[in-house]
Amino acid sequence: MNLEHPASRRGFLRQTGLLGLAVSAATFLPRMAYAAWNKAAFDAKTIADVYKTMGVEAPTASAEVQLIASDIAENGAVVPVEAISKIPNTTQISFLVEKNPTMLTAQFDLGPDMLPEVSTRLKMAQTSNVIALVKADGKFYTATKEIKVTLGGCGG
Amino acid sequence: MGNPMKIRAASKDGVTEVKVLMNHVMETGLRKDPAGELIPALFITEVTAKLNDKVVMQAQWGQAVAKNPYLGFKIKGGQPGDKVSISWKDSSGDSRSDEAPVS
Amino acid sequence: MNRREFLHLLSAASAAGLALPLDPARAEQAAEALYDAPAFGNVSLLHITDCHAQLRPIYFREPNVNIGVGAMANRPPHLVGEAFLKHFGVPPATRLAHAFTFLDFERYAALYGRVGGFAHLASLVKRLRATRPGALLLDGGDTWQGSGAAMWTQGQDMVDAAKLLGVDVMTLHWECTYGQERVKEIADKDFAGHVDIVAQNIKTTDFGDLVFKPYVMRAVNGVKVAVIGQAFPYTPIANPRYMVADWTFGIQEDNMQKTVDAARGEGARVVVVLSHNGMDVDLKMASRVRGIDAILGGHTHDGIPSPSIVENGGGKTLVTNAGSNGKFVGVLDFDVKDGHVADFRYRLLPVFSNLLPADAEMAALIARTRAPFESKLGEKLAVSEGLLYRRGNFNGSFDQLILDALIAEKDAEIAFSPGFRWGTTIMPGEPITMENVLDQTAITYPHVTLTPMKGSQIKQILEDVCDNLFNADPYYQQGGDMVRVGGMSYSCDPTATMGNRIGDMTLDAKPIDAEKTYKVAGWAPVSEAARDAGGEPIWDLVARHLRSKKTIAAPTLNLPKLKNVEGNTGIAS
Repeated sequence: MNLEHPASRRGFLRQTGLLGLAVSAATFLPRMAYAAWNKAAFDAKTIADVYKTMGVEAPTASAEVQLIASDIAENGAVVPVEAISKIPNTTQISFLVEKNPTMLTAQFDLGPDMLPEVSTRLKMAQTSNVIALVKADGKFYTATKEIKVTLGGCGG
Repeated sequence: MGNPMKIRAASKDGVTEVKVLMNHVMETGLRKDPAGELIPALFITEVTAKLNDKVVMQAQWGQAVAKNPYLGFKIKGGQPGDKVSISWKDSSGDSRSDEAPVS
Repeated sequence: MNRREFLHLLSAASAAGLALPLDPARAEQAAEALYDAPAFGNVSLLHITDCHAQLRPIYFREPNVNIGVGAMANRPPHLVGEAFLKHFGVPPATRLAHAFTFLDFERYAALYGRVGGFAHLASLVKRLRATRPGALLLDGGDTWQGSGAAMWTQGQDMVDAAKLLGVDVMTLHWECTYGQERVKEIADKDFAGHVDIVAQNIKTTDFGDLVFKPYVMRAVNGVKVAVIGQAFPYTPIANPRYMVADWTFGIQEDNMQKTVDAARGEGARVVVVLSHNGMDVDLKMASRVRGIDAILGGHTHDGIPSPSIVENGGGKTLVTNAGSNGKFVGVLDFDVKDGHVADFRYRLLPVFSNLLPADAEMAALIARTRAPFESKLGEKLAVSEGLLYRRGNFNGSFDQLILDALIAEKDAEIAFSPGFRWGTTIMPGEPITMENVLDQTAITYPHVTLTPMKGSQIKQILEDVCDNLFNADPYYQQGGDMVRVGGMSYSCDPTATMGNRIGDMTLDAKPIDAEKTYKVAGWAPVSEAARDAGGEPIWDLVARHLRSKKTIAAPTLNLPKLKNVEGNTGIAS
């Protein structure tokens, strides 16, 4: 139980910067120093726009993609995720958080010497589906998992 | 330049497992300081991983990668004595590279 | 045996058609009947869990509300009272029925006496070990927390008692609330060469290295037995994260499968998981992970007489849960033939302290550890007119007492108290001592808070906690009970989804206004900010309240109006 939760949750949201979406992210985005960074994809506010800007067409949910993550986040500011693809010729793995202000969080382009397994840690504003998006032979596949962000306390 | 990364690279059964902890604020640009002013965005946008001198992976990141980012991946091949190097660039143009031997 | 007990036994036994112990000599026979558990097979595991630092015999009332939703409805552990007895074939109005259910609690508690106590537990363990050479004693955790003495010694009294009891392997939950350094200190010093702490799901936050051994392999009568540890997956969420800042937990089902496979690869003929998941989580895990012979579970404090048998891709897995507060010992006997488990027997033995002699050595240790605290613990604060207990999904009479104290002492409109499942029971007419209060409140983050809170925030908190209890997917549950609520009324539909369970919120018959700010008192905040802000420990507030009242009338429980629970076997009035 945590009575100061609403306040602290706000604090957390402020801390992670995921609250206050009325503020346009674009206003505060830096000048892009690197042409390679896909600004349009990272700025996109809907899944459809993310997919469009990444050139993703009709991704299919696949059991060959595994998204490993805790069901409940221990800390919304640090949520470990791991994606493993069993699909041959996997060349790219991305992580998307549906309910974050901008959904695309990380995209990994894998060279031929890589195993199709990557892990990182994400910030999540609230309980949300997280998507692992895999590209193999030009086609896209997904695995989706709901990760719960909770107030905590009260257990046991 | 930022602070050094921690890199661990271990070879086992023909696979090199790499774990990296970077040191970076990963500011989203949406957070306010105690005075109520927005803190400007500052986050890593690009990451490159090499085994010896060969690029094995390139990544693009957004604001929602967690502070002091973690990166884990596996390379086919690699053996003790090889070198793994990681470099990042952030949204301000700052960059950093670190390397570690494969154990 | 006094006349009252005698008369009761007479009527109870005749009603059940049982043989009668007619005099004190035959009471011995009652003990024989209860504890003469014939050995079976060649590998035996003794299991205790969630004793919550109760070194001495206590009363403990089982819940009359333990609702299961979705696929969990109306199956173990979500059965109470008559439905429980019927499901497990326990004869009503017997000693066993009293051990497993709340039914007619005051009457049978007066008759059968206190339960648990490490001195009595020790003599039962010795008795069981005498017939089961090589048996392993497994402790599922929540051992070091739950009493004043444990808190003041940072768990040392329990560490010493567990070593003397002969615990072989344990896993963790509330232990972690003494901080990760203290846990490591005990693991590396006190327990070295005595007790192995195992946890496949505690890793470092930096590179994900295991903090403890994921499992230990022990030879039992020449059979290799692997005991895998599963600590409480949501420790940094349900309890303060700062106490385990460098550790990460989680269910880690994939790693559990890898660990099972590794243990089998190392030659284990029997693989068991010593789990602090909670029973619903264990049942789901058993259906998905292959190669586990049994999950010996705790956390949810369910005293379940016979195992659930769960089918999965690799065969069948037994799932047990061994109650709480030192009240039970689980005895799992395996017959291992041709390299695998061929058959089993399971018993959950209640520890009735007046049927088991106190082990002298353990009694002496307990007396020694308690000595510095006796006078403080023994202070009589007030007398209780009613039964005071905690367990139940929505409220308990001791929690109601805490809520009443919070509202009175903090001049609050609303009070919240955590849905902990530990905490003992006090019989009507008994004094409420400082020890009793600490048995309900002794935690390392005991601060009382008073927070202005909008109606919308109150709703958000209730919904959030309710989802931890009633999410239809057990992997999203945390295993505690619902936050206890004082001052305001509400309704709850456990079968609804997140955000839609709580309704009809009123204060003094007026609807709670989403935008209005209310004064809300509570305790046990999990944030660092709350720790740094300090605040009076809850036990001091409750003790002050009790001293001023002197006599405590049976509290009237503030319970939500429940919806969509008709026919649910997890609820009885």
